Amino acid sequence: MQSKAYLIAFQGIFLRELRRFFAQKTRLLSALVRPMLWLVVFATGFRAALGVAIMEPYGTYITYQTYITPGLCCMILLFNGMQSSLSMVYDREMGSMKVLLMSPLPRPYLLFCKLMSNAMLSLIQVYIFLLLTNLVDVDIDIIGYLYAVPAIFIIAFFLGALGLLLSNLIKQLENFAGVMNFVIFPMFFLSSALYPLWKMKEASLWLYWLCQYNPFSYCVELLRWSLYNQTHLNSLSVLMPITIITALLALASFAPKAGAKR
Amino acid sequence: MINTSGLSFYYGKTCVLANLDLAFHAGFNVLLGPNGAGKSTFIALLTHLKKPSSGYIEYDGLRIDQAQANIMARFGVVFQEPTLDMDLTVEQNLCYHGALHGLSKREVLRRSEPLLEGLGLTGRLKDKIRQLNGGHRKRLEIVRALVHKPSILLLDEASVGLDNQSRAQIINYIRELAITSSLCVIWTTHLLDEIKLDDHLVVLTKGVLVASGTVSDLISKTQVSNVSDLYISLTSQGALNAI
Repeated sequence: MQSKAYLIAFQGIFLRELRRFFAQKTRLLSALVRPMLWLVVFATGFRAALGVAIMEPYGTYITYQTYITPGLCCMILLFNGMQSSLSMVYDREMGSMKVLLMSPLPRPYLLFCKLMSNAMLSLIQVYIFLLLTNLVDVDIDIIGYLYAVPAIFIIAFFLGALGLLLSNLIKQLENFAGVMNFVIFPMFFLSSALYPLWKMKEASLWLYWLCQYNPFSYCVELLRWSLYNQTHLNSLSVLMPITIITALLALASFAPKAGAKR
Repeated sequence: MINTSGLSFYYGKTCVLANLDLAFHAGFNVLLGPNGAGKSTFIALLTHLKKPSSGYIEYDGLRIDQAQANIMARFGVVFQEPTLDMDLTVEQNLCYHGALHGLSKREVLRRSEPLLEGLGLTGRLKDKIRQLNGGHRKRLEIVRALVHKPSILLLDEASVGLDNQSRAQIINYIRELAITSSLCVIWTTHLLDEIKLDDHLVVLTKGVLVASGTVSDLISKTQVSNVSDLYISLTSQGALNAI
């Protein structure tokens, strides 16, 4: 196939995902309402109880809303990654996955296009949310917005690949509810999204270690630092290999299934 | 055009297809068998959605692992279950499929125009799939399967759920196309009234090849008078035991 065919295929897959996203009007709304509720209601309520001391990368005292904003951005990416895996399960049950897999282009490339498209959709949602955070006095400068683009992309790609991998392990649409309980909630709550890990360490050492081994903590920290024009190398060095391994596992899981041997 | 040799497929210990040696050439080929005969699994193996437990498939002498892109580009497939994207329009569905085959929007629209006309879908490009009835959706799936000019067209129970008029229109269109475009059509069905005397017929039952040949040849060999009797004769318990 010519290289132009690869570009056309990517464009086709991206446009399809984009059109489906905007056709499902409640999807964008729920993607934004969920973190906004956390930011406006939860964070305001807990603002007094959960004061955050001066810590890196912040140069001064910050509001709780400012602290949880990167975690809520990652929440959008997490939900979108899982949502895309839900749509893969749906596509497989409805048969439309076969249309994708019947393409003459290499299967790993097609799935890579799916992941990229999902990452781009996630990026759009995160920036809409970041714009809305200005309404509650979360102060991030314009350079931070730009600096965060690669970080958001890496995180979206990782969580999309995780979703893709899960979509192949989930055999039926009904089983997807389990993903909420066993993947999304533990990943989110056992991370630095809502509270700094040193606070968790003071409260419970074993929970602190669970948070330390949770890749989502590294997603949150990578984004937190990048929104303030800094690169959190520790998080990046953990996330890059995990992203590559997860993506490779996800791509491999879509190889045609062989019949049992006799 | 397509040859299979010793093709078998097992789900666990259950044999779905057993040691199939088959050949399909340009023209209208009917893969006949009751539900559960293994027709859909056979289509999944042909299209590389599944890998065989043993045996292999050759496409003009090439195996899928030797020339995947080349072989996959030759297929147009209409699956048994609906595969159109309900949230998109007719045009968007066609363009998405075209893009997966490296075709630009302009090229897809140019190619699909006569196909849409031939299947009675002119003027429906901007309609959402949800606005189409079952018959029109199936026709659109056929248009989509043909838009990249495949040389092999696989239709897995494409007439299921359609009224008699739609069924007749679709099958006649495909038959004509097989002749005019030298297309290798494999039409899987369990409906005997879709078979004509000059079709190449392959009969499967419980994953076993029962018969293969031109319908008229098979009728004269088995000394019966019509397709219905032929099918009863080929799938009777005595005939199956003999296999």
